[in-house]
Amino acid sequence: MSTVFIPPALRRLTGGAERVVVSGATVGDLLDAVDRLHPGVRDALVRDDELAPHVAVSVDDVVAPAGLAEEVTESSEVHFVPPLGGG
Amino acid sequence: MSTNPMEEAPREYRVIGTRPIRHDGIDKVTGRAVYGADVSLPGLLHGSVVRSPHAHARILSIDTSRAAALPGVKAIVTSADLPEVRDREEALGEGSTNPRHLSHNILAHDKVLYHGHAVAAVAATSPHVAAEAAGLIQVEYEVLPPVLDVRAAMADDAPILHADLRTAGGDPKKAGTPSNVAMITEFEIGDVEAGFAAADEIIERTFDTAMVHQGYIEPHNAVAKVDPDGQATVWCSTQGAFDVRHLCAEVLGLPLSKLRVYPAEIGGGFGGKTTIYLEPLAILLARASGHPVKLVMSRSDVLRATGPTSGSHIRVKMGVTRDGTLTAVDASLAYEAGAYPGSPVRMGAMCMASPFAIENQRMVAYDVCVNRPKTAAYRAPGATNAAFACETIVDELARKIGMDPLELRRKNAAHEGTPMVHGPKHRRIGCAELLEAAQRSDHASAPLGNADGPRKRGRGFATGYWFNAGLQSSATISINPDGTASLVTGSPDIGGTRTSCAMMAAEELGLPVELVRPSVADTDSIGLTDVTGGSRVTLATGLAVHDAAQDVKRQLCERAARTWKCAIEEVRFDDGGVDSLVQDGERLSLAELAKGAGRTGGPIVGRATVNAQRNVGSAFGGMMVDVEVDTETGRVDVTRCTVFQDVGKAIHPAYVEGQMQGGAVQGIGWALNEEYVYDDEGHLENDGFLDYRMPVALDLPMIEPVIIEVANPAHPYGVRGVGEVSIVAPPAAIANAIADATGARVESLPMSPPRVLAALHTRP
Repeated sequence: MSTVFIPPALRRLTGGAERVVVSGATVGDLLDAVDRLHPGVRDALVRDDELAPHVAVSVDDVVAPAGLAEEVTESSEVHFVPPLGGG
Repeated sequence: MSTNPMEEAPREYRVIGTRPIRHDGIDKVTGRAVYGADVSLPGLLHGSVVRSPHAHARILSIDTSRAAALPGVKAIVTSADLPEVRDREEALGEGSTNPRHLSHNILAHDKVLYHGHAVAAVAATSPHVAAEAAGLIQVEYEVLPPVLDVRAAMADDAPILHADLRTAGGDPKKAGTPSNVAMITEFEIGDVEAGFAAADEIIERTFDTAMVHQGYIEPHNAVAKVDPDGQATVWCSTQGAFDVRHLCAEVLGLPLSKLRVYPAEIGGGFGGKTTIYLEPLAILLARASGHPVKLVMSRSDVLRATGPTSGSHIRVKMGVTRDGTLTAVDASLAYEAGAYPGSPVRMGAMCMASPFAIENQRMVAYDVCVNRPKTAAYRAPGATNAAFACETIVDELARKIGMDPLELRRKNAAHEGTPMVHGPKHRRIGCAELLEAAQRSDHASAPLGNADGPRKRGRGFATGYWFNAGLQSSATISINPDGTASLVTGSPDIGGTRTSCAMMAAEELGLPVELVRPSVADTDSIGLTDVTGGSRVTLATGLAVHDAAQDVKRQLCERAARTWKCAIEEVRFDDGGVDSLVQDGERLSLAELAKGAGRTGGPIVGRATVNAQRNVGSAFGGMMVDVEVDTETGRVDVTRCTVFQDVGKAIHPAYVEGQMQGGAVQGIGWALNEEYVYDDEGHLENDGFLDYRMPVALDLPMIEPVIIEVANPAHPYGVRGVGEVSIVAPPAAIANAIADATGARVESLPMSPPRVLAALHTRP
């Protein structure tokens, strides 16, 4: 089972839960599973079946280039974070 | 092509780690390098931009008739010439951008939102006629009250910049209320209240930092031509030609294939040349006039109307136990976004406490619109403001419990596996190694000595963290018939990356670096390459170069096998040639294979494209600084300065040192001198380098660089990227040195003489 960490602003949708443990093969699968338990989380992070432009995803401490299609393992930790740029 | 860095990492290098002369050096020192403003085309017209004299006003009318009647005027454009674009965040450039906001920043539509906001542009037969015509364009305004300060802009009764802006992540009860606060983002790990309950000492302070500009020497410029079939070509000073193409296409409603962008030589960027200002105007004017058009900003234009970085207001509360364990940090950060949303406040929040292993952290970030120019990236965007606040408190906490501040940092240093406030954990990092290097340094053990009379001496230290970026890059290596190589990338060279990339190609191919000719291509001549920013070029484009060289080596092996009529498994590339593994002494050099390439299959061209997100290695920097404070005048002189940085691997150590020194100097300017000064009506009062005071050589001691190399395991050579983190620590380090000298804590940047005097007068 993978662990999806819920951003503080969305914890109102998860009854205050900071993390949700779910199964899936990709980030998208995990997010769908979280959304079934806590409706509204997916809508807050996804637009047009892609991660929203202001959202990136970190899988096991690496910002994942494939976004929702990023593959996960049974022990993956998934965080939704702001996209990073630089100067 | 796949990369397996760990298996391919050579242990000893022939080229990497040396200091060859840069390939573009002679052109630059002899004035032959071609910058954007040097570009000239037959029939070239010159443009001028009409800018708002007001910080906040409604545009009632624009009358261009007098300008249009002036002899020599060929075209005039206003926002009416820009298409309507989507009003929603899109993945554009480095991050996300609202195309409508981008368009409105290029040319104001219904309102001007800052002093210098572009309103119209004109093209004419000479710069003088264009300037005269710009003066004849009559704009009628209804002047509105401006809001310049981030805290004032957050007040319920503040003048509103955008009637349609609502706070994302804000109180749902205020969802229908216009606000200048574009976004609120929260980050939290652990139990902050429990962390403070466990602390023996707690300090809470507020800090303010001023809006500052990158101060690149070369102003923005753009030359555009538009062919009769609508094909547009742009030459400009940019950190990312592909970003210019993408952003212009979005603003002008063009397919990407209709735009070709040449990145000219660039005279500094530091993040400020990662967006567009003049490029769409040049295209519009060229299209309207049928002639190529050149636009060049003045220094005043650059300061008034291009993106500086945010001023900010930051509250930080931290706790520590008597044995020196940091137990909790709680912070709120409000950053000026300028006229449109998009400050780097979230990155500031995420960086703030990342040098430390603190279990309990909470950060709340506010992105706030004010009547100032839209901010742009500046070296480690957002991190310097945050570090100024956090590293000052850490220093103060250490002194409060009687511990050496550097030792407190070492005791609490982040390491592999330490979680950051936004959740992910650090991978292999060199924070502890950096702090230990600082403790061992000559500077740390050198006596401070005493100054004369009212002058007091002090020493300070601070650290800084920056993520670094990966993003996408492309590279092509062509083997010439004489065995030399041409290397093409799409990364504009702002820090010596042509040469660092050529060194990596030379290392892999066994060539002298002088025989690898690097060049930076336009958008039609190389695969997509993201912006030169995020300290990413030597890491990511370097990775593409490494992979392209592997492609070349594979082809060379194929050619040798074909020549010897053997299987490819029976040959091996080694040190600039291919050896037979089955016939002793049989060897074909790269030059021999190149000469015969026409007979063995045609030209040898290696190519690679990468998305280097998985290869990123984060960076830590630190500064140790000695100051003398004149307690009568408040003047602060930096008398000794050592900078430390974990660079992973220094490909060209001299350029790495240059980046460390350059970032330190910019950080010192941010700390002591630089700020945007506005009057009450929102007019920028210091729009030139005489009044916007950047440090010069006479203001500074030698900046001593100390390179620390903790290899990034996700890169073939261990590279992390070096361009940005060096700017993060200086303001905090200097503030700590001032406190060491005088006992006074300065909580506002810049720490100019009046502010230092005020702090001296109010010290406990």
